[in-house]
Amino acid sequence: MRNTVRRYRTAYICGPLTYMRTLTYHSPQVDHWRELCTLIASAPEHERRRLMTRWADNARQQVVEMVTAAGVGHIGSDLSVMDILASLYLSVLRIDPSNPQWDERDRFILSKGHSAGALYVALAFCGFFPIAALDNFVAPLSALSGHPDRRAVPGVETSTGPLGHGLPVAVGAAIAARLQQSQRRVYVVLGDGELQEGSNWEAAMLAGHNELGNLVAIVDRNRLQQGQLTESTNRLEPLVDKFASFAWRVNVVDGHDPLAVASAALDVSLGHPTCLIANTVKGKGVSFMENRIEWHNRVPLRAELEAALAELAP
Amino acid sequence: MSIADGETLLYDCREAFAESLTELARDDPRVVVVCNDSISSSNLVDFAAEFPERLVNVGIAEQDMVGVAAGLAGAGLIPFVCGAAPFMTARALEQIKVDIAYSDVHVVLCGMSPGLAYGALGPTHHSIEDLSWLRAIANLTIIVPSDPAFTSQAVRWASSAARPVFLRVARFGVPLIDRQGRDFVAGRADQLRDGGDVALIAIGIMVPQALEAARLLAEQHIEARVLDMSTLAPLDREAVLSAAVDTGRIVTVEEATVRGGLGAAVAEVVVQHHPVAMRLLGVPGVFAPTGGTAFLLEHFGLTAEGIAAAARELLSSADENETASDGGPNAVRLGVIAATTADDSPIVTPKGRF
Repeated sequence: MRNTVRRYRTAYICGPLTYMRTLTYHSPQVDHWRELCTLIASAPEHERRRLMTRWADNARQQVVEMVTAAGVGHIGSDLSVMDILASLYLSVLRIDPSNPQWDERDRFILSKGHSAGALYVALAFCGFFPIAALDNFVAPLSALSGHPDRRAVPGVETSTGPLGHGLPVAVGAAIAARLQQSQRRVYVVLGDGELQEGSNWEAAMLAGHNELGNLVAIVDRNRLQQGQLTESTNRLEPLVDKFASFAWRVNVVDGHDPLAVASAALDVSLGHPTCLIANTVKGKGVSFMENRIEWHNRVPLRAELEAALAELAP
Repeated sequence: MSIADGETLLYDCREAFAESLTELARDDPRVVVVCNDSISSSNLVDFAAEFPERLVNVGIAEQDMVGVAAGLAGAGLIPFVCGAAPFMTARALEQIKVDIAYSDVHVVLCGMSPGLAYGALGPTHHSIEDLSWLRAIANLTIIVPSDPAFTSQAVRWASSAARPVFLRVARFGVPLIDRQGRDFVAGRADQLRDGGDVALIAIGIMVPQALEAARLLAEQHIEARVLDMSTLAPLDREAVLSAAVDTGRIVTVEEATVRGGLGAAVAEVVVQHHPVAMRLLGVPGVFAPTGGTAFLLEHFGLTAEGIAAAARELLSSADENETASDGGPNAVRLGVIAATTADDSPIVTPKGRF
């Protein structure tokens, strides 16, 4: 997979793509993604886990390189959320990257928009746009801004960046699916720190009240926000009880086990929205970044990049 | 329900709004309503009775209301978000910016009871800032209908606009304006009266007052052009510039703060392309005192008499300036002042003090 990535990066020469959404594009990467999904679906458990983890680590390498080259990014959050994205994009979401506007697609919303880097890599790996476009991350006039822009990037359902926006939009999407009597589901990834925004609880209350069984929220519970621990900033615990008291089904999972995340994410119930508290490590996979506050948005030096890539090698 | 004011019937535009919305919902299954416990204040009782499943009431939660609408629009539905203008725009401003305008989804935000409509409930409930802060947001069309007919037509237009729209729905009674068959056209000012002495550019419930002001001015042989600027953004620049060129004097009138709304929008065009003297009528950057809507409108000079007075004042001061630039007596006086300041003024040139 890593080699494939390299090959695409040299094969495409992309200028800045301001509005990639308007391009019609079919990537061989889509076929590659489809094959991988099929393989994962039929593989035995340990092999499924290995394939998804390898995809996630490749994506981590890509994002660390991308952020280093761009000189901007939220690397700690990107690394923290990557296994969750692997599970969603490889074995949960019903999507068609060659037809991003397919009406019956599951909706995926990344509420913690500062993990845009991780999302862009995941979307490119699925073939929503060329992997080479990642070279344009935050470049002047690029479609790939520091936070995801729905107008510009295929696969982005709503623009996010300010915190506490994703869950209300996801609740609207889930209500719409029910009104339209569609089987599609809505997945939303929330940062744990952003749960301090009150808008989440307005939406959580409405989702519980409306018994939105087609809604799954996954909390990337890495316990660190920009400045310090969530628990020493404005305590979130007991988080399970909070969601449960809003009439959600709550499961706690290992957020770095894509298989566990995937099976919990597919285990929805009529009558209740589902919340997965996915325990994660900020900076996951790079020893000197793990659980370190400064890697919220620090950019690696050249030597740090080499060390990080080596640690993330399969 | 309409109320009679002397001989003129006055209409609450929320009624035309609600009727049109319900009709629209019958024609188009994609139309849904999102509200914040505002079923009665938004006149949605009939809609709720006919389409209970298409009314999403999020409770008292404006940020959620606007975000939910964005999610519904992402599924191809056409949400009309109905809530009191002050709370919808102030409380959910970031959602309007990011989830609706920046995300470019087809949501119609309907700000009910805007401006000074809540009268004696006080400045917490007045929505005089909405036009200013929404106009600052890119990719958001702002429609401010001035009577029931335009309200209905604007609702229908908004449902097919395929873009983010804010619709400001008046509550304060307005008469039906005689437009001689002309319909609402988005982005186009409606010229209700022509005149060459001054242009009165008004919006929303101020339009009938501007028309009446023009009648008062005509009695004094001052001919005013009256424009109903029913689309605030994007502004009809052509109509503004024609008014500036043809009349040389502009009075803007809005039921909103003068900081950043219609007056500012018109001035932005005028000062850059054809500077003329202007007066901006509205709430002059203060929180309103206690009082009902009619009292407050009068207090701030937002009446036909107030508008006519501003126009007359503009005409007389403009006459002075004209005389000055023609080299009349004022020019001489100004020249004297300038000379004094430059040479002899003790403030500017403290000669001999050091």
